[in-house]
Amino acid sequence: MNKLIAWFDERIPMTKTWNIHLAQYPAPKNFNFWYIFGVLATLVLVNQILTGIWLTMNYVPTGEGAFASVEFIMRDIEYGWLLRYMHSTGASAFFIVVYLHMFRGMMYGSYQKPRELLWIFGMLIFLVLMAEAFMGYLLPWGQMSYWGAQVIISLFGAIPIIGDDLTLWIRGDYVISGATLNRFFALHVIALPLVLVILVFLHIIALHEVGSNNPEGISIKKPKGSVPESEKPKFKFHERFTKKYDIVDAFPFFPYYIVKDLVGIAVFLFFFCYVIFFAPAMGGMFLEPPNFEAANPLKTPEHIAPVWYFTPFYAILRAVPDKLMGVILMFGAIVALFVLPWLDRGTVRSVRYRSGFHKVNLTIFAISFIALGYLGLKPATEVYTFFARIFTFLYFAFFVLLFFYSKNEKCKPVPERITK
Amino acid sequence: MKKLIKSTLLVAASLWSVATLAAGPTVPLDKAKIDLHDKASLQRGAQLFMNYCLGCHSMQYQRYNRTFKDLEIPEELGMENLQFTGEKVGDLITNAMASTDASNWFGTPAPDLTLVARVRGADWIYTYLRSFYADDSRPFGVNNAVFPNVGMPHVLEELQGIPRQTYERRLVDGQMTDVYVGIKTDGSGMLTSEEYDRAVNDLTNFLVYTGEPMMLEQRRIGWYVFGFLAVFLVFSVLLKREFFKDVK
Repeated sequence: MNKLIAWFDERIPMTKTWNIHLAQYPAPKNFNFWYIFGVLATLVLVNQILTGIWLTMNYVPTGEGAFASVEFIMRDIEYGWLLRYMHSTGASAFFIVVYLHMFRGMMYGSYQKPRELLWIFGMLIFLVLMAEAFMGYLLPWGQMSYWGAQVIISLFGAIPIIGDDLTLWIRGDYVISGATLNRFFALHVIALPLVLVILVFLHIIALHEVGSNNPEGISIKKPKGSVPESEKPKFKFHERFTKKYDIVDAFPFFPYYIVKDLVGIAVFLFFFCYVIFFAPAMGGMFLEPPNFEAANPLKTPEHIAPVWYFTPFYAILRAVPDKLMGVILMFGAIVALFVLPWLDRGTVRSVRYRSGFHKVNLTIFAISFIALGYLGLKPATEVYTFFARIFTFLYFAFFVLLFFYSKNEKCKPVPERITK
Repeated sequence: MKKLIKSTLLVAASLWSVATLAAGPTVPLDKAKIDLHDKASLQRGAQLFMNYCLGCHSMQYQRYNRTFKDLEIPEELGMENLQFTGEKVGDLITNAMASTDASNWFGTPAPDLTLVARVRGADWIYTYLRSFYADDSRPFGVNNAVFPNVGMPHVLEELQGIPRQTYERRLVDGQMTDVYVGIKTDGSGMLTSEEYDRAVNDLTNFLVYTGEPMMLEQRRIGWYVFGFLAVFLVFSVLLKREFFKDVK
């Protein structure tokens, strides 16, 4: 066995990679509940890819055959319903864990220097994930697939001058048709997943280059020679990490965080499997009722609502009376997150040591996001639109205020070491 | 070309307004009693469907043999009594009515009913089939309180009789007023009101089954999965404790 490993190690950095990224990677010892969602996102990604492969085997990407082939998978393929529900539930689960993962980053300042690029890769993953989910939702070719895509693609028509040609180019037809379905299928099953996997790889590489942040927001890397031997952890970390720094308050990712994460994964799977086996439509949230009717270009559903994970942005879009401005603001909501590392000019990372004003600001931001998500599901009545406008304002106010107060923010003193 | 672009723009603009429109149910829905374990109810529902619905509505994603198996109907018995449109027991439950004919006759093609319970919900179907009422202004002489001006005739009339919107003269705020008290049959049908409600409930139950024929198996497996996860959770907690002895 050792000989075999040696044989590989001479030809490829197998043991070295294992050590750098797992067995000798120093992870801060104080990771809490919020640190499970990165692992869970990876788990869901693997779930999506595997179930996706098997779904592709029986799915027919044509306007005539798509809807029937999904029902064929549900009824006639052995455990086809399980594959389909794992995939459809996985889509929603992906967004739940990614939203929580992002909020974790915002709470503990994980986007701040030196993790800006890590954050950018994460935001790119989020963006590609949205495109992936949007295109995947067209594939069952139900009424909501069809009309939801129609509404979203028509948004590009709001762009001056090139808008109409752009929507035509995206659809490949004057309306959503089999041509659109075909290209969305190609993008959904190969192009975007490939980009997604590459971005996840880069996200992890970038993380392991700068090291993990933690709930205290303080560094576990101390200047070389500044830490007495007695205070150093008893674990061996890879020399890549210890060459320039003394590592404190950490232990290796493998096996310690792996076994800890297993507990989190088990708990997550309880929720995940509850939905798959007992509530796959999740009361119309994960699978919308009109989507069990085949796409009909001549019949518009009474109420078109995107799936829940897009509704915060959809609510922002609808809150603006002007369509172009709405589109700009909707994309602005995502751009604002992209540039967050530069909007936040503070040096204290964790919300634990930041000003009370920041705590309130971040809380209002979280509430606004959830409220917008709720409002995006509802029809745009006068009252709902009024509230959507307020929460849209608060959403953006978070970034504007942060930019101004973070420069000279009154923060609590940050401890030198992780004490917990 | 210009025209086409303009029309796409128009479509987009109308979508914009449609997307912001809302519509809710106007009639409160009665609760259907759904029990997928009640095979007798499902069998009666299947019988009603094959006799009254399949003439116009297909069930094109569901197969005869699957239905027989799940409803515990012997295949031969099923083929003799419930199979009017297919040839083989493995056929999908389709019918021969062309959708163009349906459009000519009823103004709209009759929708496929395999998944109707997932689209509309059981309560909607249960209430809808009990909400036809006589209305001479409509081509088939009936209208529906749940689905106003629906193209469908009252196919179950021979069971229910002729239903009418009934009013009672009552004293309201010191004035005699006609108060709407619901739809009542004239009693000319083969079934009493209670029997009709039960028949519609059976039919609804059957449609809920066809929407998700895998539901019972899905739940059964779900409990095993929970059992496995419970064991997995216990062992993962123990494993974590064991390893974290090093860290403390």
